[in-house]
Amino acid sequence: MSRAEIVAVGGPVLRARASGPFALREAVEVGERALLGEVVKLDGDTIVVQVYEDTTGLRPGVTVTGRGLPLSIPLGPALLGRMFDGLLRPLEHTGSAFVRPGLRHAAGERFAFVPAIAAGDALRPGAILGEASREGSRAQACLLPPTLAGTVLSVVEGGERLDTETICTLRTADGRIEDVAMTHAWPVRTPRPVLARRPPGVPLVTGQRILDALFPVAQGGKAAIPGGFGTGKTVLQETLAKGCSADIIVYVGCGERGNEMAEVLAEFPELTDPRSGRPLMERTVIVANTSNMPVAAREASIYSAITVAEYFRDQGLHVALMADSTSRWAEALREVSGRFGELPGEGGYPAYLATRIAEFYERAATVDTLCGRVGSVTAIGAISPPSGDFSEPVTSHTKRYVKAFWALDVKRAQARFYPAVDPLHSYAEDAALFAPWWTAQGNSRWLELRRRFLTLLDEQARLERMARIIGKDALPARQQLALLCADVVNEALLRQSAFSPVDRRCGPARQGAMMRVVARFLDLAGDALAAGVAPSRVAGVPSMRRLLRMGEEIGDDELARFGELESALERDFAALGTADAAPGG
Amino acid sequence: MRLTVEHAATRLEGPLLFLRRTIDAGLGDAVEVLGDGAPRLGRVAALDRELMTIEVLESTSGLRLDGTIVRFFGEPLSFALSPGVLGRVFNGVGEVTDGGPPVAATRHLAIEGLALNPVERANPRDFIETGVTAIDLLNSLVRGQKLPLFSGGGLPHDRLAVAIATHARLRGGEQGDFAIVFAGIGVPWESAEYFRASLAQTGALARTALFLNLASDSSTQRLLTPRFALTAAEYLAYVEGKHVLVILTDMTNYCEALREVSSSKGEIPSRKGFPGTMYSDLATLYERAGIVRGGAGSLTQLPILTMPADDISHPIPDLTGYITEGQIVLSRDLDRRGLDPPVNVLPSLSRLMKDGIGARYTHPDHPALASQLYAAYARAVQARVLASVVGEDGLAPTDRRYLAFGDAFERELVHQQAPRTLEESMDAGWALLRDLPRSELSRLSDAQIDAHLGAAPQA
Repeated sequence: MSRAEIVAVGGPVLRARASGPFALREAVEVGERALLGEVVKLDGDTIVVQVYEDTTGLRPGVTVTGRGLPLSIPLGPALLGRMFDGLLRPLEHTGSAFVRPGLRHAAGERFAFVPAIAAGDALRPGAILGEASREGSRAQACLLPPTLAGTVLSVVEGGERLDTETICTLRTADGRIEDVAMTHAWPVRTPRPVLARRPPGVPLVTGQRILDALFPVAQGGKAAIPGGFGTGKTVLQETLAKGCSADIIVYVGCGERGNEMAEVLAEFPELTDPRSGRPLMERTVIVANTSNMPVAAREASIYSAITVAEYFRDQGLHVALMADSTSRWAEALREVSGRFGELPGEGGYPAYLATRIAEFYERAATVDTLCGRVGSVTAIGAISPPSGDFSEPVTSHTKRYVKAFWALDVKRAQARFYPAVDPLHSYAEDAALFAPWWTAQGNSRWLELRRRFLTLLDEQARLERMARIIGKDALPARQQLALLCADVVNEALLRQSAFSPVDRRCGPARQGAMMRVVARFLDLAGDALAAGVAPSRVAGVPSMRRLLRMGEEIGDDELARFGELESALERDFAALGTADAAPGG
Repeated sequence: MRLTVEHAATRLEGPLLFLRRTIDAGLGDAVEVLGDGAPRLGRVAALDRELMTIEVLESTSGLRLDGTIVRFFGEPLSFALSPGVLGRVFNGVGEVTDGGPPVAATRHLAIEGLALNPVERANPRDFIETGVTAIDLLNSLVRGQKLPLFSGGGLPHDRLAVAIATHARLRGGEQGDFAIVFAGIGVPWESAEYFRASLAQTGALARTALFLNLASDSSTQRLLTPRFALTAAEYLAYVEGKHVLVILTDMTNYCEALREVSSSKGEIPSRKGFPGTMYSDLATLYERAGIVRGGAGSLTQLPILTMPADDISHPIPDLTGYITEGQIVLSRDLDRRGLDPPVNVLPSLSRLMKDGIGARYTHPDHPALASQLYAAYARAVQARVLASVVGEDGLAPTDRRYLAFGDAFERELVHQQAPRTLEESMDAGWALLRDLPRSELSRLSDAQIDAHLGAAPQA
């Protein structure tokens, strides 16, 4: 391994005189504490290194050792259920309440290994070697690295093995002998190869009505959640992590709060995975670079996380990646770029910001994996625009690459209307593709109802502007009714409490039922208006309260009660009669 | 070990002092620069084979190239601590200024601190009753939280902070060992004295450590003041096991100092001239709030900042809001109308509230009540906007009810003459909801309505 000696250091950047070859983007270890860094510039025999940890105490003369590999992370069965720092070093059992520089990658851990291959087998890159499992965790496929192929010379017998020990030996086509373990290293900045990408077809069920019903994201798609502070980005991300229909959740806390990470760690083991019924933590990997951890590692944390997501995808699993927040990542890019003296672009961000954002989101996809299965990574990135202004560079660039845009609205958040997704500024490009899926769920009118609700909400915004000038009472009855109906769509359908045990997750069947009840109300209200009933009397129907609270009162397993509610509404409207007997209500 | 370097200075430029590298110092090591007058603190900012760059953390005017002596500490800036810091007054860089003897140290801690490992954090859950309804009922504070006051010049944030500091208590159970760390960052002498006198009056001074960097003190030292204060607080919380409430005022002065130092170092400015690193820099302060799992103590932060021109989208409140766990926003409008405390409830938020309230912590109906009050008040504010254009008579009857509710909400719930217990705050909340039609209360269950609101009012 090559060595170098520091000649200058300032902040997280150092220059060193090399006494051997170094490659650009090669990972290095600095000094006795083996601080992790990456070569970012080569100039004659001088290398420039960006250090991912606190450089306090470094001085000229200290040794820099090259690892001979680009910045890589170990991928294997030991990831699930754990929390790591931005460079995928475990934060558990570090022996200190504080994060000290020079953390190590995990030592080997024992797994029950069941081989799926035999001596003589010819293995393609990324082939499945066998299954690994440990107490209280799901079985996971062990993969051959995507860059390796060959004939199996030997394979260990099933049983307890360290994830880092050799489980099989291969002879490659060019005659090299390679030892393979359950865990292999992969460079974080390189997307893992796949056989083919697939177009989007089914939605990722998030369990949130406003998203699934109005702004769905594809499995293997890309979504962004922009919102000023306090609009509920993190709560929404956490809610999705808890309730969405993915097999694996990779949650990256990028420059966010330590207490939020602690909350995830405290809460997830207590909750159950809606798909498997197992503790939620068993399907979760957390990458945490909290806002007070080194900035340079923040830039890397996003790549670490998506590489982990791709690793699980390659096993044929559906992965949802929650990145909270991509703005902090972009700011880290800006900070690091500034240290290198690069010319700043818009907002001080480096000119390559858009490219980096595009590269990140493009790693989300549904694919045919190398091992012949189908897997997906859905990327959901939060954005924290300064002053909540969506015209800033990170939001505007991201908008070009994501298919679902869930804009959070400060007005809704202030009224504690959650999820505070603003229906007027959000979009879902792929929505029409999901109509067949919804039909298969027994909701053939999904696309039509979605359009109807969106039109109504759009009309509401327009009418409210008008009402501010002439007063609500001065609006014609039809428009007053439209305002009332929009309120019902908002309150009865779109508001959903993340803290209500009944309503924190809403399955597709219940979503369909609730959409139908609301649509029925809109029909009945429209008919009543046509028959001359005043909107204020429509607002006063006895079942109104039941309608507005149905999300919290009727659970996923009581769908029949939606039918009862619908009948109650029909009775109430029948009782209103035709002529308006009591004007003014 | 302290080494002294003489006759090595080659260049002085703004806050940066360049020395020939005659000793083997490490990056970040603390130094003292001795010229004329008192020693100035500094640290090693960059090193190469020939030169050392010292960032002087005070004004460099009056320094000379010849005759300047630099003393190296051989380690980063640290603070000598013991339980004896309580009841004492320090300047912005941790030196005793109350005329008493120096603190007999039992431990030296680096003032930059280390990031708390998220795995080792305990989830903050202990509800703190502050006596302020707008906080207790609607934006509850929990131990280990960082909840800033977003205020403006001339608003009573100091009074509110003192009221919280002196009244804060856990409901029932043992109170634990309570301590206050107060850091005045670039504050006028009167504000500092107001805090000192108020704490003395309530007898809390003996368990308070005061750090004062007055408006007249060095602005570069403002960058160190909160770090010394938080190091003391961490020591009290994590070593001595106390429940520490840290008041940092005024963070706006801190950020101004940050901008000043950044521009003197020639860094590329970001929004409004503030450095692009301000988010990370503020995070290294605010994130020092928390609770260590298995530890006895906790560190709760109550930073105060004055929003320039009352603008909540200004970079200082904006970045703060992205780091802290909510914010309490004070309003000039409410203050003008004589409401005290003038808390503007709508933009205020406590992110950790959900963990600290409800059946296991406060009252089972507390979350629903808070949510309903928020929804109704937001509607009332909407009605007010409407009324300001079309007049009250142009409003629908329901909107008129909301209008009345909004006024009552501010007069009877937000405004308070004396501290309230949570029960009193909740009662005040239920009383307000009694005046709204039942059909409007969609955030409350039927059982909650029956239990707390009784018979419906005349429609």
